[in-house]
Amino acid sequence: MEVRASASATAIRRAILTASKRANRGHVGSALSVADLVAGILDAIDLGAGPDRDRFVLSKGHAALAYYAGLVEIGLLGPAALHDFCADGSRLATHPDHRVPGVSFSTGSLGQGVSYAVGSALAARLRGSRRRTIALVSDAELNCGLTWEALTFAAHHRLARLQIVIDLNGSQAFGATKDVLDLSPLAARLHAFGFVVQEIDGHDRRQIRKALDLPPDGGPGPRATVARTTLGHGVSFMEGRSEWHYRQMTDDQFHRALLEVGRSCDEPS
Amino acid sequence: MRRAFVDALVEMAARDERVVLLTADLGFSFLETFRDRFPARFFNVGVAEQNLIGLATGLAEDGLTPFAYTMAAFALPRAFEIVRNGPVAHRLPVRIVGVGGGFDYGANGHSHYALDDLALARALGGIDVFVPADAEQARTAVLATAGRPGPVYLRLGTEPRGAVGNGSAAFEPGGARTLRRAASTPDVCLFALGPTAFDAMEAARLLEPEGIDTMVVLVSCLRPVAMDELLGAASGARLVVTLENHAPEGGLGSLVAEALTQLPVMPRLWRAGVATRDFAPGSPAYLRSVLGLDAPALARGIAEALDGR
Repeated sequence: MEVRASASATAIRRAILTASKRANRGHVGSALSVADLVAGILDAIDLGAGPDRDRFVLSKGHAALAYYAGLVEIGLLGPAALHDFCADGSRLATHPDHRVPGVSFSTGSLGQGVSYAVGSALAARLRGSRRRTIALVSDAELNCGLTWEALTFAAHHRLARLQIVIDLNGSQAFGATKDVLDLSPLAARLHAFGFVVQEIDGHDRRQIRKALDLPPDGGPGPRATVARTTLGHGVSFMEGRSEWHYRQMTDDQFHRALLEVGRSCDEPS
Repeated sequence: MRRAFVDALVEMAARDERVVLLTADLGFSFLETFRDRFPARFFNVGVAEQNLIGLATGLAEDGLTPFAYTMAAFALPRAFEIVRNGPVAHRLPVRIVGVGGGFDYGANGHSHYALDDLALARALGGIDVFVPADAEQARTAVLATAGRPGPVYLRLGTEPRGAVGNGSAAFEPGGARTLRRAASTPDVCLFALGPTAFDAMEAARLLEPEGIDTMVVLVSCLRPVAMDELLGAASGARLVVTLENHAPEGGLGSLVAEALTQLPVMPRLWRAGVATRDFAPGSPAYLRSVLGLDAPALARGIAEALDGR
């Protein structure tokens, strides 16, 4: 029952900050929000080669930096891969591209990833594969009707090897989700839709690991993990502040942020 | 055409276990043949066209070949962005089947007409566009999807109109079929989209006694484009005409207009199609007549265009 220390999440956060600062691009707050979840998910599944590799859909594609940094962590991308983040001609853009190793689905248009994931889980069942499908979804994506079409289908067909992880940071582009379009009570809604629902602290690696542990029998139906998170988690001046969906760091902010998420590191080259 | 489609799909599914059929709650009294033969590979996703395409994307990414069945009025218009970001962007073998091209759904009214679906399909770029003319073409179009790595839009008609030509005009991706040859260099080269070939052939017969020699070319595939055939047929004609059960913008009329720019001298072009949305519903035959797309109207229009030269 070894729980890997949050070292990889720390490394992911450092990589997010460094790559974003270097490129002066990327949705830093959103990526930091899911750093622990991405680290936990990449630990729990196998994105290696072959048709039976697990599938991960980053439905909230704007958090791609966290995904890329995670792929570096597990070795599917080389250690220097993020030097090309948002460089001209690089596949490592602000949103994920399926041509990048470890990425099965291009995303970025919000509200589509759950539908891909449900189709993928159905494909695994049809092919008799035991592989898993996990989608990481932002709370604001639940504004989108397609997401609920897909959830309805998944529950109807009891796709038990499907897991939807919701990054409940309560924040979207124009402010708090409860002010824009209130989703509460979210866990009750998902339960009513036929999901097995867990609520966890999305920055607690032990809770994340436990939530991603699939029962040997798979369980009665698809699972939804509502992970309470904080936008910009780990950087005090970003936490819970909607503008960090979009803002870029000054040099001073960058150095403070790096210090806060872990050890100090090199300047971006 | 729907019967021919499902029979061909059953034939394909019997030898290819990757074939899966999804429907957005349409195809009652047709798709049962597939459902009863392959119940584990049949899914009614409900009235959810966007999810229809999203699911198909997830299935195809894992090596399956989903056929996503709904009305032509809904498939691309409602799910356009999902089609673009899913099967097209990932270049996956999703087959989108749109039933009821043009105004085939007649008295159902405008919500059921597909007059812009081909414009959308062509604008997407990375999707094949098949518009079979009759049952035999529908059957062979289904079989012709086998092995094509990217997505296909297959537009089916619902109006029973018999068989074009002698009934053995197999669908050919990237091909165009001459149904009626002109004696020498034709006065008129008439390109007909899918089932409109019936009206085109009849118009050509009506023009013959007037001494107007009309070549009729059936175009059942808008991508890949049969560029050589289109240009070969059109060059030298006094008048080129396109006929389609679709708006002239973005459909066959646009395709031919774009193609003709490659000729050193552009022939005159008349694009006959559904140029207005302001008309009362009715049967397809009635609508062809009020919209000027039936054989007498075509023959009249062609004769006048040639006289006016």
